[in-house]
Amino acid sequence: MAEVTPLAGGTALLEETPARPRRMQTRRRRRLNLFRYVVFVAFGLFFVLPIYAMVRFSLQGVKPGEYSLKAWRQIASSPDLVGAIEITLELAIITCVVVLLLLVPTMIWVRLRVQWISRTVEFLCLLPLTIPAIVLVVGLAPVYRTIRQHAGLSALQLFWAYAILALPYAYRALAAGLDAIDIKTLSEAARSLGANWLTVMWRIIAPNIRQALLNATLLTGALVLGEFTIASLLLYTNLQVELYNISRATLNAGVLFATSAAALIFTFVLLLILSFAGRRRRGRG
Amino acid sequence: MTSSVTEAHSAPARAGVEVRLQGLHRRYGSVVALDGLDLTVAPGELVALLGPSGCGKTTTLRLLAGLEDADGGRITVAGRDVTHLPASKRDMGMVFQAYSLFPHMTVSENVAFGLRLRHAGKADRDRRAREMLELVGLSEQADRYAHQISGGQQQRVALARALAIEPQVLLLDEPLSALDAKVRALLRDQIRRIQLEVGITTLFVTHDQEEALAIADRVGVMREGHIEQLGPPTEVYSRPATSFVAEFVGLTNRLAGQVRGAEVTVRGCALPLVEHDVADGQVVALVRPEAVTVASQASEDSGPLVGTVIATTFLGATSRITVDLGDTTILAQLSTADAAKLPAGSRVTLKIRPDPVLVSVDSPAVTEA
Amino acid sequence: MAAAATTVGDRSARAVRRPSLAWTGTLPFLCYVGIFLLLPTGIVLWGAISKPTGHGLTLSNLKLLGSSAARGFFLNSVELSAITALVGALLGAVLAYAVASGNPNGVVRRIFLAGSGVLAQFGGVTLAFAFNAAIGPSGGFLTHATWYYDFPQGIGLIYIYFQIPLMVLVFLPAVDGLKVQWREATENLGGSTLQFWRHVGGPLLAPAFLGCTLLLFANALSAYATIVAWENQISYVVTQQISVAMTSEVGLSSANEAQVLALGMVVVVALVMTAYALLQRRTARWLR
Repeated sequence: MAEVTPLAGGTALLEETPARPRRMQTRRRRRLNLFRYVVFVAFGLFFVLPIYAMVRFSLQGVKPGEYSLKAWRQIASSPDLVGAIEITLELAIITCVVVLLLLVPTMIWVRLRVQWISRTVEFLCLLPLTIPAIVLVVGLAPVYRTIRQHAGLSALQLFWAYAILALPYAYRALAAGLDAIDIKTLSEAARSLGANWLTVMWRIIAPNIRQALLNATLLTGALVLGEFTIASLLLYTNLQVELYNISRATLNAGVLFATSAAALIFTFVLLLILSFAGRRRRGRG
Repeated sequence: MTSSVTEAHSAPARAGVEVRLQGLHRRYGSVVALDGLDLTVAPGELVALLGPSGCGKTTTLRLLAGLEDADGGRITVAGRDVTHLPASKRDMGMVFQAYSLFPHMTVSENVAFGLRLRHAGKADRDRRAREMLELVGLSEQADRYAHQISGGQQQRVALARALAIEPQVLLLDEPLSALDAKVRALLRDQIRRIQLEVGITTLFVTHDQEEALAIADRVGVMREGHIEQLGPPTEVYSRPATSFVAEFVGLTNRLAGQVRGAEVTVRGCALPLVEHDVADGQVVALVRPEAVTVASQASEDSGPLVGTVIATTFLGATSRITVDLGDTTILAQLSTADAAKLPAGSRVTLKIRPDPVLVSVDSPAVTEA
Repeated sequence: MAAAATTVGDRSARAVRRPSLAWTGTLPFLCYVGIFLLLPTGIVLWGAISKPTGHGLTLSNLKLLGSSAARGFFLNSVELSAITALVGALLGAVLAYAVASGNPNGVVRRIFLAGSGVLAQFGGVTLAFAFNAAIGPSGGFLTHATWYYDFPQGIGLIYIYFQIPLMVLVFLPAVDGLKVQWREATENLGGSTLQFWRHVGGPLLAPAFLGCTLLLFANALSAYATIVAWENQISYVVTQQISVAMTSEVGLSSANEAQVLALGMVVVVALVMTAYALLQRRTARWLR
C-alpha cells in the first residue's frame, strides 16, 4: 500500500461538498442517470472482483467448492505473522503520535509567530511526495546503520522514516483544520486571560481541530499499515514484508489472502469512518 | 440565426414578441413550486416577478427558459407552442445571478459565443460582439477576462452575451442580487434603458421590491406558486389587492381597528375600506407611512393620535420617524426638513389620511421598525 | 509579549530584535526533517557523484544513466507509467464525472469517495496478491490470464487498479468546480451537450486533467512494492533495479548504481511534479 502520492490540489476526501443538487430537464436527467448507473456498475465490478477473489480464496476449504475458516484461524497460530501484525500496529500508533507531536506545535507556532517561515515548512512537508520512498531508502540506509548501533534492532525504529512519509498527508489534513479557525484571535484571547502556551495548545486549539487531528491520524495509520518499500529494503520485518515472505516461501495462499483481506477491510472501515465523521461534524458546525 | 445588423446600436432586428404562460404546474417531490400560474407578457414589455424566496418566481423563469420541464401547462412564444422544445432551441437570452461568464474566454469571446455556436463567421462574430459591448458600455474591456473585471461589469457582459444572439425574449434571474448597493442602482437603470432601446420582451425576477417597482412596466407579486397581483408599479404599491402584497411591497403599519359598515375606525380616525364586503368587528388595518401626518403637539394641526418620537431614519429627501403611541409604534414618512423639527423625545400628534385601506383579520402584530 | 512602550534607544532596539528568535520554535521540526529527509536525499545525490573508491567527486557515474541497461530500465518505467497514467486518467475522469453529477450529499458519493481513498492506498503487496488470486495463471479464481506475467500488460492492469481511484480523488474537485451556470448558459445560447464539452467543459477541465495525469505518472514511476510482489525475479523498471543495486554485493560500481538511478528518478519526478503544480494554479483560478 501507500504507493500513492496525491498532492496539493487536494484529496477530495477532506474537502467540502458543493451546495445544492442541480435541477435539470427530465430528458437530460434520465440520460445522465443511465450513464451513471452503467459507470457505477462497471467500475464497481472491476474493483470488487479482485477483492472478492481474495476473500473467496481465503475461505477455501480442502476440496474446491468447500468453505472453511482454516486460513483465518491460521493467522493467529503463525507466530511470525502475529508478531508482524503487532509490530505494525505499534508502529502505526507510534508514528501517529510522533507526526502529531512534530507537526501540530510547529504549525501552530508558525501561524502565530513566524509566518514568514510557513512557505518553507509547507515545502518541506510536501517534499516527500517528490522523493519516492525507493529513493529515500537508499539514503536512509547509512542513517539506519547508526540507529541500529545506538538504539537497537527493533523494527519499531522504522517510525523515524514513517513520520517523514506521512508528512504530506498529515500536513494537508492539519492545514485544512487550522485554516478553518482563527488561531490568532483564540490564542490572544486565551493568553490575555493568563494561559501559557501549553494550555493554549492543549485546551484551546486542539479541541477545535479535532476533526483535522482525526484525519491526520487515520491517514498516517493507513500509510503505516500499507508500507513495504522502506521496511523491506532496510531489512526489517513488518506486516507487508511478512506477507511478502510468506508468499515466496509457502504454497499455502489461504493465510495470505485472509490477512490481506483483513488488512484491507480494516483500512476501508477506517477511511469510511473518516468520511462519515467528517460530514456529520460539518453539518453541526 | 445571425442577421446582418448594420446600425451601430442594434435597433431591434425584430419587434418584441408576446409570451404567454398558461396553467404552469411544477412540483419537486412533495413541494408544489408552481400552482397553475398564468401570465401574459406583451411585446416589448418588462414584467418583474417579485416575491420572497421559495415563491416560485425563479422556477417560472427557468420553465420559460426550458432549463426545467413543467409538470403541466403551456408556454407560448410569438404564437408558437414551445412547451416541449429543448432549451437550446427556444431562442431566449438569459442572464444568471452570478458565475455565468466562461472564465477561459475573453469578454469579447464570451459575448460572441452564442454566434460561434451558430457557426457565424469570425468577421460577423467580432462585429456583433463589438456592437453589443458598445451597447452596454464595455468596449474597453473586450480583451479582458472575467476575473479581471468587477461584478457589475460581469453582469453587463452577461447581458451583452444574451442579447448578441438576438433572442425573442430576455430573461433575467436576480441579476443584481450579488452586487453592491450602489452598483445595483446604476446597473438597474442601465438594464432598463437597454431593454427599452432594443424593445425586447423581458421577464425580470427579483426579491428586491425597490428594483421591481423602479424598472418594470408591470409587477407580478408572487407567493407560494401563484401571482397575487399583477399590475403597474404604482397600482401594486398604492392599491395592493391583498394584505400579503401590501406588506411585501413597501412598508406598512398594522393598526388595530373597528369595522362598521364601509369604514374602519383606527384610533379615532375613520378610514374608507378598499373592499366593501368586510364583516363588522375587530380587524387589523394596513396603513402606509406616507398616509400618516405628524405635527408637534404645540401646533394647530393636531390630530387624534398622540405619541413620542423614538427614532428617525434618514432616507435622503424624506425621513421615516418611529412614534411610540404607548401600546404600539407607528411609522410615518415626512420630508427631512419637517422630520428635523421633531427630534427624538418630542411629543407629537398624528393624523391618518383617509385613503382607502386594506384590512386583515389576523391578530395585530407590532409594526416593523 | 507586548513590545516595551518606552522610547529609550537600547531598550526599544532589544524589543524589536526579540521576535526574530521566535523561529527557533520550529527547530525540532527542522532538525527532524533535516536528519531524516534532507540528509538521506543529500546522501543519495552525493553518492551519485562520488568516485567509486570513495575519495572525491566525479560526474562520470552519471554516464551509467546513458548505458543501454539503464536506458532500458528507464524506458520500461516510462512506458508502464505513461500507459497506466493515461488509461487511469481517462477512466478515472469518467468515474469522477459520474460521481460529481450526482447528489452532493448522497450516500453513493460518500461510498465512492471513501472507497477511492482506500483503493488508492491499496497498492503494493496485497493488491498483487488479490490479482493473483483473481486472474493469476496458477490459481486464478475467475480466469487464468496467460498474459498475467507479461510486461507491461499484467502489471499494468494492477497499476490501473489504484490509478483510477487516485484520479477520482485528485480530479473530482475540478469537476465539482464546473459551475452549473456554464452548462445552462451554453444551453440557453443554443449549444448542445457536445458543443458544451467541446467549447466550455473540455477546455476548462483540460489543465486539471493534464495535471492529474502527470500526477498519476509520477505515482506509477515511484511505485515499487506492487511490481516486486508481482514479479521478483526479473527487473523491469528502475525502482526494482534500485533495490537490486542496493542489496547486491557485487562490485563497487553497484554501490553508486543505486544512487545514480535514484538521482535519475528524482530528476524526472521533480520535473513532472513542477509541471503539475503549474497546471494546478491555472485550474484553481478557473474552477475554484
